[in-house]
Amino acid sequence: VGQGPLGRDAVEEIEMLLLQSDVGVKATDQIIAALQAKIRQETLPADQAIAYLKQILRDTLDAPFRNGYAQDFAPQKGQLNIWLIAGVNGVGKTTTIGKLAHIASQSGYRCLIAAADTFRAAATEQVKVWGQRSNVEVIANPGKNTDPAAVVFDAIGAAQARGTELLLVDTAGRLQNKANLMEELKKIRRIIDKKASNATIESLLVLDATLGQNGLRQAQVFAEAAQLTGVILTKLDGTAKGGVALAVVQELGLPIRFVGAGEGIKDLRPFSSFEFVEALLSSEVEVAA
Amino acid sequence: MFDALAERLESAWKTLRGQDKITETNIQEALREVRRALLEADVNLQVAKDFIETVRQRAIGAEVIAGVRPDQQFIKIVYDALVEIMGESYSPLAQADPSPTIILMAGLQGTGKTTAAAKLALHLRKENRRALLVATDVYRPAAIDQLVTLGKQIDVPVFELGTEANPVEIAQRGVAHAKALGVDTVIIDTAGRLQIDTEMMAELAAIKDAVQPHETLLVVDAMTGQEAANLTRAFHEQVGITGAILTKLDGDTRGGAALSVRQVSGQPIKFIGVGEKVEALQPFYPDRLASRILGM
Ligand SMILES: Nc1nc2c(ncn2[C@@H]2O[C@H](COP(=O)(O)OP(=O)(O)OP(=O)(O)O)[C@@H](O)[C@H]2O)c(=O)[nH]1
Ligand SMILES: Nc1nc2c(ncn2[C@@H]2O[C@H](COP(=O)(O)OP(=O)(O)OP(=O)(O)O)[C@@H](O)[C@H]2O)c(=O)[nH]1
Ligand SMILES: [K+]
Ligand SMILES: [Mg+2]
Ligand SMILES: [Mg+2]
Repeated sequence: VGQGPLGRDAVEEIEMLLLQSDVGVKATDQIIAALQAKIRQETLPADQAIAYLKQILRDTLDAPFRNGYAQDFAPQKGQLNIWLIAGVNGVGKTTTIGKLAHIASQSGYRCLIAAADTFRAAATEQVKVWGQRSNVEVIANPGKNTDPAAVVFDAIGAAQARGTELLLVDTAGRLQNKANLMEELKKIRRIIDKKASNATIESLLVLDATLGQNGLRQAQVFAEAAQLTGVILTKLDGTAKGGVALAVVQELGLPIRFVGAGEGIKDLRPFSSFEFVEALLSSEVEVAA
Repeated sequence: MFDALAERLESAWKTLRGQDKITETNIQEALREVRRALLEADVNLQVAKDFIETVRQRAIGAEVIAGVRPDQQFIKIVYDALVEIMGESYSPLAQADPSPTIILMAGLQGTGKTTAAAKLALHLRKENRRALLVATDVYRPAAIDQLVTLGKQIDVPVFELGTEANPVEIAQRGVAHAKALGVDTVIIDTAGRLQIDTEMMAELAAIKDAVQPHETLLVVDAMTGQEAANLTRAFHEQVGITGAILTKLDGDTRGGAALSVRQVSGQPIKFIGVGEKVEALQPFYPDRLASRILGM
């Protein structure tokens, strides 16, 4: 890795920046190799390494848009869109649903929420508070430990009957190594595909910026179970950089769609590779050539 | 039991093999591999650096043991150092005399504080200690409902004053209520907060000041990356912790955050969370986590 036009000190400093941001050892090695190659091929002055590094990172993050994913991300008006929100425990799925419901109703979409976390204590109460905040109705099943797929089934029925344009599906947190819980998620996905075959379906994984390398494993397993089409990165208002999301984009080719930066209803923004990369390297020091 | 790490270090060992002593030069590559293993397990970069330095010094100074190959000896040095740094085996909860023992939960958003509060209450009940849970999270939607629901599940009373009250006052009145009830432990659940949120950190410090807890437990998600060191430092400096609970270890994370938490705070990890259910709490064993971090 240290071989190339960039000197050992520069490589070490860039390595440090990336590793401290949770980009991970493997992705970091690849990025540095790409950087060395770029400088060599284009005979660029090595003292501007950080500028090229940023370009490589932005290119990585924007690659999904060159590979078939539309850059603009919004529900299609006048038809049913279903956004399935999944992820491990406590990453911010329900809060993100609350924020999305707010944006959607502000933008004039007819919106509905399916409370398909039937497991966690007071999960339904939590999502109902979020629904009230933006005047979006929540479809829930008052029974205890009911089948979440049944709630989704009912919610799709309600959405179809009412001409809903965006149905947001809140799911329970689940660790990707729990086979039964991943099976449950697959079932939810199957119900959506079957009962709403005309709908535009997005399946979004919520990643928390404080996550380390396990985030990559999460993305791999959820991608299969829920047929992921994108990622939402939360808790970027903290000092954690969320670098593992970069590794996720690099390995799985999924676009990051939104970033969460706070607990308030307005704290959700569309993803920008520029902003993300600037923040990722914000503790940057002068890199010696 | 050292097989997996040994396999990982395969190429590094070639430099050690056939040599009868560990030297500065012949362990370079092996140390680099250990560093890589630690980083892949999410041990904080600086913490990993310090650990490697410890291992380097011990390895170079190590006496050659007859019949033990230097590569095997090296692995043992790494493992032993990790276990040792991880702290003493199972440090139980404080028990105040006179009662009640006051336990304050703290941590970032979503790490598992509320769940761990209920798990601790159940754990204490099994030791014939009666607990009262106190709900001071007035911010997160339905946070109080969540604690009340969990309290009902395990048959432990929950003290709450709704979402309009001040968290410091709720905590104080909760402790007074515990004394009136005659329970021996009060567990105060708090809202999740970022360590850079000065207002919220001041609130936590004020709660601590008001109730003078015997334990302040930092609840850390085992899947946390590099941030584990920063958040631990900030919570320890600004509030002061007496221990930690590492949650969500039922996942397949390597759990390097544990080393960061322990190294930065110097405080013991007391329990681990191994599931969403209220029973899923276990005492912390440093050797098990050391093996896990090293991928053994
Ligand atoms: N600082 C910060 N906190 C957030 C953000 N998003 C969510 N949170 C907080 O993180 C905690 C967990 O959020 P939830 O929305 O309940 O997470 P979840 O993924 O639905 O959790 P489970 O359903 O239990 O798996 C709450 O305290 C939220 O307020 C964010 O972008 N920034
Ligand atoms: N798998 C697993 N899930 C856990 C564990 N501990 C907590 N959880 C889950 O993690 C999520 C967050 O737990 P909470 O107890 O609400 O976390 P919190 O720290 O109180 O969250 P805030 O109050 O929003 O900051 C929930 O889905 C819990 O069920 C654990 O040890 N294993
Ligand atoms: K950040
Ligand atoms: Mg939720
Ligand atoms: Mg809580």
